[in-house]
Amino acid sequence: MQNNQMAWISPVRKSGLSMFFIGFLVFVGMLFVNNFTLTDNALKNAIGNDTHRQLIQPHLSELMDKTVSNKVTFIESVRSTFSEYDETLNDRYTISSTEIDAIMAEVKGIGHYNLEILPTVFGSVYDESAYKTKKLSDYTGWLAGPQGKPLSEIEQVLREKSAEINANVTDVTNGKRIYAYETGQYIYGLTKNASSGVVAQHTGMFFVLSVLLGTLGALMYIIPDKYTGPAGIKNNNVFTNSATNGGLVGILVTVFLVAVYIALYFFPEYIIEWVSLVDPMFKALNGSGAGSWSIYGFIYTLAIVVMGVRMFIKYRHSKYHIARTSSIIFFQSCFAFLIPEILIKLNQPSTDLKNMWPLDYDFFDAWNLDSLTSSGGVGMFILVWGITLFVVAVPLFTYFFGKRWYCSWVCGCGGLAETAGDPYRQLSDKSMKAWRIERVVIHGVLVFAVIMTGAALYTYFTGVKTLAGIDTYTLRSAYGFYIGALFSGVVGTGFYPKMGNRVWCRFGCPLAAYIGFIQRFKSRFRITTNGAQCISCGNCSTYCEMGIDVRSYAQRGADIVRSSCVGCGVCSSVCPRGVLKLENGAVEAVVDQSKKDDTVQIVQVMTPEEQKAWVN
Amino acid sequence: MSRLVIIGNGVAGVTVARHVRKRSDREILIISSETEHHFSRTALMYIFMGHMKFEHTKPYEDYFWQKNRIDLKQGFVCAIDTDAKHLTLASGEQIEYADLVLATGSQSNKFGWIGQDLPGVQGLFNYQDLLLMEENCQSTKRAVLVGGGLIGIEMAEMLLSRGIDVTFLVKEERFWGNILPKEESVLVQKHGEQHGVKFLFNTELHEVVAGDDGRAKSIITKEGDEIPCEFVGLSAGVHPNIDIVSQSKVAVGRGILVNDYLETNIPNVYAVGDCAEIHVEEGRNRIEPLWYTGKMQGEALAKTIAGERTKYERGIWFNSAKFFDVEYQTYGFVGNEPVDNISSFYWQHPEKELCIRINYQTDTQVVTGINTFGIRMRHEVWENWLANSCKLKYVLQHLKDANFDPEFFRRYEQDVINTFNAQNPNSQLSLSPLHWLTKRFTKEQTHAK
Repeated sequence: MQNNQMAWISPVRKSGLSMFFIGFLVFVGMLFVNNFTLTDNALKNAIGNDTHRQLIQPHLSELMDKTVSNKVTFIESVRSTFSEYDETLNDRYTISSTEIDAIMAEVKGIGHYNLEILPTVFGSVYDESAYKTKKLSDYTGWLAGPQGKPLSEIEQVLREKSAEINANVTDVTNGKRIYAYETGQYIYGLTKNASSGVVAQHTGMFFVLSVLLGTLGALMYIIPDKYTGPAGIKNNNVFTNSATNGGLVGILVTVFLVAVYIALYFFPEYIIEWVSLVDPMFKALNGSGAGSWSIYGFIYTLAIVVMGVRMFIKYRHSKYHIARTSSIIFFQSCFAFLIPEILIKLNQPSTDLKNMWPLDYDFFDAWNLDSLTSSGGVGMFILVWGITLFVVAVPLFTYFFGKRWYCSWVCGCGGLAETAGDPYRQLSDKSMKAWRIERVVIHGVLVFAVIMTGAALYTYFTGVKTLAGIDTYTLRSAYGFYIGALFSGVVGTGFYPKMGNRVWCRFGCPLAAYIGFIQRFKSRFRITTNGAQCISCGNCSTYCEMGIDVRSYAQRGADIVRSSCVGCGVCSSVCPRGVLKLENGAVEAVVDQSKKDDTVQIVQVMTPEEQKAWVN
Repeated sequence: MSRLVIIGNGVAGVTVARHVRKRSDREILIISSETEHHFSRTALMYIFMGHMKFEHTKPYEDYFWQKNRIDLKQGFVCAIDTDAKHLTLASGEQIEYADLVLATGSQSNKFGWIGQDLPGVQGLFNYQDLLLMEENCQSTKRAVLVGGGLIGIEMAEMLLSRGIDVTFLVKEERFWGNILPKEESVLVQKHGEQHGVKFLFNTELHEVVAGDDGRAKSIITKEGDEIPCEFVGLSAGVHPNIDIVSQSKVAVGRGILVNDYLETNIPNVYAVGDCAEIHVEEGRNRIEPLWYTGKMQGEALAKTIAGERTKYERGIWFNSAKFFDVEYQTYGFVGNEPVDNISSFYWQHPEKELCIRINYQTDTQVVTGINTFGIRMRHEVWENWLANSCKLKYVLQHLKDANFDPEFFRRYEQDVINTFNAQNPNSQLSLSPLHWLTKRFTKEQTHAK
């Protein structure tokens, strides 16, 4: 048919796609529009700690008041200044043999040792200059002046005293160190404050041309699908399109996502323009403005909403998908996005009330417990709520409804997977081998999370910093780096277009592992198979995002009870014979023998034409 | 030597192999010329439409066969010697057997139309057909399908997914008229038309005309109308593939003749699935070219071969299909034309493609079968109702129990009851409540047989 009524669809979709690409290009392009000039003011704003600022300032002198147009050059110069500062710290505070030689050269010229020599040798710019001058003065003051001592004796004393001073150099340098966390903050702050602020000054324009244009374009691409034909499962060309079959476009998207995640977790200074972009919005929401994670939260929520609209259209024939997608959008936009910002505005501890331990792995960290217990009613509520969620709500709801009540209806990670990730669900590995790996890895992460949290609590309550010889802080930071950042972010989401949309939920999420136990062993939820009607076509397995070989159960007529099943319901939707149904509990197939033989008085049967007339 | 050799790796042959393996340790060999591994024939359409790749249609991972010591050989059996108990492959290789299972499947029907073997004309049954169709559709803009059944509607969906124009020639006056009652036929037809299919009823193929390139360029109907097309899909049913078997001593009719135990006239030789023609004492022998029956026959035959001689009994009839977006299920028996002493209660949604037809004996009101379109029904419940000869009132009032639609779907039981009550003003039925609370706390499924 493809008749004239549909002629508008293709141009609208194509323009939408173009608009999306322009928006995307502007979004990425804005990262490269700024120049960077490091000024005193920028330094003051970026490094609030006076000691640190005074320590690093002389080292940054070469960068001061120069305009750098290349962002990478600027950031990496700043970074290398900090790392050089750190690496050469002990050397710089050590009085070297060369310096003694230089002093001795001066001494030879004058004929005797003199304290005025010291600044000329050590200089006066750096902190260590003053330190070394001062120390050597203290130790060798008695030697100064024309005392007629032989040069060899002066040199010997200087060398002995220097060695004495140098022996304790770490006592001094420990206080001079700028640690990695602060360094990161300073690099971010310096970049932000040195930036020429093109985006910050034209937020409105950039916002419209990137986010708004892209969103509008995406919607123009998505919505017309509703008018292309009757509702139903249309997975046409999923495996011939390189965006969805793991091909070239998929790889490019993966590279982009991985780069963004690495920037977010480890190099936020590269995305300061994105932070500026949403700064006014966050100022309005939380009163203080945007941080590097704000843009992430915003784009994340936007992706769930826009791709949620796609779900509404793609599955418009299925109320189940409409219901769960609505739920996901609600929880993401309210619980994960708005409420935490409003809590900040109200000066309360901020949290995502639907997130819970062990997915929220730092819930039991000392700083969080301290902050919650010391901030009154709201803090206590959040603490009690957070514990109740995983102690009471998980077993209870999972018993009645299965894992899905959380994983595909509430959770933010699941929310992104079910909306933005939906086009990639067919890429999850269905092999037995993948299942074996999955079980080892996900339960390993759960064990890691439990040990890490247990150790943190042990330290919190006893004050003892090590447990069985292991530093509990090291455990926590290892978990945060390997699991929190690399696994759940970089791999978990970055690899959607290659490994499917539930990489994290399937292989990594400790909460999913915990809920999975309950679903597997103590839940009423199962997917039932309708008699012997499976035709083994494989649609269910192919479109299972969790990599469950659904068909292997269905073709045996067996119920599917698997700890990993998140109950998205897509297997049931794509089944061409209606064989699968998500159910909370068994259904009796009993015939009431006392009633089955009752008859009715049948007068006359309407013809279908009469029936239609009656209905209308 | 006690080697079991199975010719054909479709669902019937593979089911025999799997179930024999469950019961015995003997050597099992499956020979197929189609593909190395068993795949789901019913999923061919999804490969063409890009929903899946071929790998996804394999019900068992490749390691499965070795792990279960089921040997596979890709080759074409060109001779069967039942005296010497050996097979000859096209490669010349000879293979001996102790037991032989023929599971050679079907071939597409061709009725001697002129030009039926031209390039661009094909049926769709096996993997090679799929590859051919892929090739044939490279530059196709218009297609004509011949014969109004399930494969035809699948081919229509496949072709439309590539933007190819589809004209459907149906010999009968309505779609799938030898199976579906009129209302259901019309429902499917309208749905197909919404998707863009042009149906021509009471129309038969006369000739496929070749173009200058030697490929099909148009068809001519019996009425003499010419329809230009680059592709002709033959979907006028299938017949047992017995080309090789018929040259052996195994008795054949339309298919390979077997008794209720799926045994042929030769000891230790069996036939199963599409290719088997089951002897019936009174009436026409049965050929059951269905996925479900192939599987059930395979299970029964495996028992027999493993030493527990078992009759194939197909139990209460069921079938299901999907026409574009509309799912169809049937339980029991619903004829395409009115039958004496069988009445029909029919409900159809005023706008959506949803309908239910419940047939019952006019005198006793015992329900004999159901057709349902767009509403999923629970197999086990219907099997129970039919096995227990439940009457119409009971079935209507308990219709909720049989619903198998996903959660949150709009339910139509009340509409069905209202329609019935409107038709029969003297007997006001009401739905019996679903005891959802008690149901939720019921421990395990109970089976009433």
